[in-house]
Amino acid sequence: MPAISTASLPDIIFMLLFFFMVVTVMRESELKVKVLVPEATELTKLEQKSLVNYIYIGKPTAKNQGVYGTSPRLQLGDKISNINDIPLFLEQFKAGVPEVQRPRITSSIRVDGDVTMGIVQDVKTELRKQGQLRVNYSARQRTEDL
Amino acid sequence: MAKNSSRSRVATEINASSMADIAFLLLIFFLVTTTIDVDKGILVKLPPWSNEPPPEMKLNSRNVFSVLVNANNDLLVRKKPAELAKLRERAVEFITNPNGAPDLAERPTKAIISLKNDRGTGYETYLTVYNELKAAYNEIWDEEAKALGHPGYSDDLPLEVRRQIKLKIPMVLSEAEPTAFGDEK
Repeated sequence: MPAISTASLPDIIFMLLFFFMVVTVMRESELKVKVLVPEATELTKLEQKSLVNYIYIGKPTAKNQGVYGTSPRLQLGDKISNINDIPLFLEQFKAGVPEVQRPRITSSIRVDGDVTMGIVQDVKTELRKQGQLRVNYSARQRTEDL
Repeated sequence: MAKNSSRSRVATEINASSMADIAFLLLIFFLVTTTIDVDKGILVKLPPWSNEPPPEMKLNSRNVFSVLVNANNDLLVRKKPAELAKLRERAVEFITNPNGAPDLAERPTKAIISLKNDRGTGYETYLTVYNELKAAYNEIWDEEAKALGHPGYSDDLPLEVRRQIKLKIPMVLSEAEPTAFGDEK
């Protein structure tokens, strides 16, 4: 029995490789808070990942509870922060974006469903003070009726 | 010399057997790092911050659809307890006022939806309520788009058409500062 020709194997693998390279979104930061976003139906897809900064709000994960406690905290980039760290965070993000695209910067707020509105409200107020008005409340697609 | 160069043109082929291994390696790397789920969410434009208190506005109460969500995640719509599942339907009825009822909005352009929550309101409830109110507008815009001969309202419609629809039925969703009930210490 002749050996099966594997000459086209690299081509097939490369095809798969390119597929995954295109759809890949690199995880930009390790999450230190638990975030499970609520479900909604009126969703907009976030365009252009380079113009999106992420704000996470949730209870610290079990590993981090010793340091940060159990009440909801916010995470900017890869560290747990306070409300008054937001201006610097936004400014640093802005500096890396070409000037013409700056008005299109969107803040994606990823909030755990169990968090109460107090901390979310504080973040919203700070974003408004900083003139960062394009906001996206991250959510999953809901399939069943209310 | 000439003989030498002609031999190199016949050329030994590059051994490509390790190509598959390299490609596999890269493939596995991307497989592991991939998160396919795309980021989606409710896009909101926040109002700019101003230090002055907003001007008192005299509004005819028929034009205001007030929604309150308290710290127990209960809903109060137009001063009466309401159900979340009926919110969308009621908002649509309020904005369009198909039968010209005297207690619903005079015109869609005059309709104002006012949303207020406590600091203790759950985020999930808040977002669901917001989602329902936005869905109400999307439903009406969808109807408008169909009346204009388009398949439905979406971001694929020409900007001019979307602007025209939004001019006819503007989305006015005003969010009041929350009250401090039920805040986490």
